[in-house]
Amino acid sequence: MSIDIVNVTKRFKTFTALDNVSLRIPGGQLVALLGPSGSGKTTLLRIIAGLDWPDGGEVRFDGQDALARSVRERNVGFVFQHYALFRHMSVFENVAFGLRVRKGADKLPDAAIREKVNQLLSLVQIDWLADRYPAQLSGGQRQRVALARALAISPRILLLDEPFGALDAKVRKELRRWLRNLHEELPVTSVLVTHDQEEALELADTVVVMGKGRIEQVGSPQEVYDTPATAFVHDFIGESLSLPARVADGALYVGARRTALDTQGLGEGPARLLARPHDVDFAEPGTAPVAGRVLAVRTFGPTTRADIVLPGTNGDVVVEAAVPVGARLAVGSEVGLVPRRYRVFPAA
Amino acid sequence: MTLAADALRTTTHPAAHALASEGLNTHAGALPARRPGPTNSEPKAVRIAIITVALLFLGLFIALPLISVFYEAFKRGWLAYVAALVEPDALAAIRLTLLVAGISVVANVTFGLVAAWAIAKFEFPGKSLLITLIDLPFSVSPVVAGLVYVLLFGSQGLFAAYLQAWDIKIIFALPGIVLATLFVTFPFVARELIPLMQEQGTAEEEAAASLGASGLSIFFRVTLPNVKWALLYGVLLCNARAMGEFGAVSVVSGHIRGLTNTMPLHIEILYNEYQFVASFAVASLLALLALVTLIAKTLLEARLVEDAQ
Ligand SMILES: Nc1ncnc2c1ncn2[C@@H]1O[C@H](COP(=O)(O)OP(=O)(O)OP(=O)(O)O)[C@@H](O)[C@H]1O
Ligand SMILES: [Mg+2]
Repeated sequence: MSIDIVNVTKRFKTFTALDNVSLRIPGGQLVALLGPSGSGKTTLLRIIAGLDWPDGGEVRFDGQDALARSVRERNVGFVFQHYALFRHMSVFENVAFGLRVRKGADKLPDAAIREKVNQLLSLVQIDWLADRYPAQLSGGQRQRVALARALAISPRILLLDEPFGALDAKVRKELRRWLRNLHEELPVTSVLVTHDQEEALELADTVVVMGKGRIEQVGSPQEVYDTPATAFVHDFIGESLSLPARVADGALYVGARRTALDTQGLGEGPARLLARPHDVDFAEPGTAPVAGRVLAVRTFGPTTRADIVLPGTNGDVVVEAAVPVGARLAVGSEVGLVPRRYRVFPAA
Repeated sequence: MTLAADALRTTTHPAAHALASEGLNTHAGALPARRPGPTNSEPKAVRIAIITVALLFLGLFIALPLISVFYEAFKRGWLAYVAALVEPDALAAIRLTLLVAGISVVANVTFGLVAAWAIAKFEFPGKSLLITLIDLPFSVSPVVAGLVYVLLFGSQGLFAAYLQAWDIKIIFALPGIVLATLFVTFPFVARELIPLMQEQGTAEEEAAASLGASGLSIFFRVTLPNVKWALLYGVLLCNARAMGEFGAVSVVSGHIRGLTNTMPLHIEILYNEYQFVASFAVASLLALLALVTLIAKTLLEARLVEDAQ
């Protein structure tokens, strides 16, 4: 089922949580909403589910107006940021809830409910916990119950609000792979909210980067990483080395130094130079466009990173650069930096 | 009568309630108490003195009156005790008390649930005013409450003309007694439910709605089960207070024997007529209610901790 979000705006009193957001999610895709805390991810998800109503704009499922339907009529599976399991019900009854509240022709006989719930519980690998109560479960187990409960209503749309937020890195990875497989098997369109860019890049067909109630970029994980549309996206996705810069008389100035770097068609005015740490080479301080002093060197597994202080026009800037294997950098020494690949954006 | 009513009031008064929940907290934090705390550093003699004073105080002001109620009631033996209870006026008073308490409980459960639900789950103008109003009966003397109803519905009252025209009797009749009792008991259920519901938030209700549950389903399958122990606790307190209420009911009842006398009023009349055995026999029923309430309350408190988790 495809989801169309058209010019959706949502205000809380005077605060604009969503500012004219438009997004098309084709049926069957797994889309990740990525953005810093407070950027409006949960708000957008709640509007798709029907738990909140927008102040303006449209939401369509398969082209049909979804705003005309209440949350209970939308048949959307929602996995909440804080699980929201029914505390007085066993795991089994939590999962069975969506089937038990059905009325009329949709009502299933008890045996059928039992069978379906047991299937779901084994699908999320917690059938042995059926009689426990939510308070007796670990975070990862609760997460699986929440997922099974949402899947019980055979939703065509699955909304997951930071489903793996409370888990440690290892369990996270395992559940992530599992979710990806599950998504492949079910006829469902999924929207996954996450803070974790690695998760988004690994799981999703499409990544939507949000910042301050707006969509900054929509694209495949590769596009978002390689060709960020804005400085915000460059900064937020992956690691960035960010330098204040300025375009004047056709050249790019970094600090007070005029460089031979390409302005990338940017007009006169303040700018920002962004590069990935591994796209920056070390060079002799005299010849390089940027120079600074080594503050610290850190080695972690196969990678070595150096913090370098650059004298800026408005105080010093510390950047992080990848040190090539075999190279030796002394703390306190002067080094030059040459960005091999970089992007120039107007300064915000 | 005063003895029984006071004993009862001690167990149902909000202050006692606050004490009880404090006791709950210290119980929850029982672990750190094992560490050598400031209490353990007191000299032994001081500790013993403090505990003795506390126990003496409890014995003098709570246990002793309670025991003396039963002692007086059984002074002339079982037969006199039972005779005092099956006497028609006493039976009428018991019946009336049960009826009024029943109506109050049902009305307060309904009102308490609706008010707590509205306050905890929605934002609306006038919310803080509503919360203040719910607390009003705690700060107004019951006698004043009774007088207000007399001023409104009495024969010289504001609505006297209408009531006479429709031949409705409120003051010196059952409706007045029910109204007065409702007034003094109405915070009990709501006050129990509001903080719990506020803490639980709306997440589970939203989850239920997204799974296709209707409003009624959500209420009966999610909201109500989540507060059932607190609700029962509120009912218990409300019931005890409804049965023991004296001041407000005394003003509106008119003390008509066999008709508008509740148990506390009946006790007072008997006492004033020097029928001590009969008076204390009826009082012993109220004291018994207080004890049952106390035990049920203790049992419930463990469950309340479960609810809050
Ligand atoms: N009910 C509300 N009333 C007022 N402001 C709200 C409400 N809900 C959300 N907001 C505000 O809207 C903004 C977006 O909130 P939202 O919950 O969508 O953020 P988020 O992207 O999900 O953040 P996080 O990653 O921390 O969960 C926040 O600034 C938040 O304070
Ligand atoms: Mg959120």
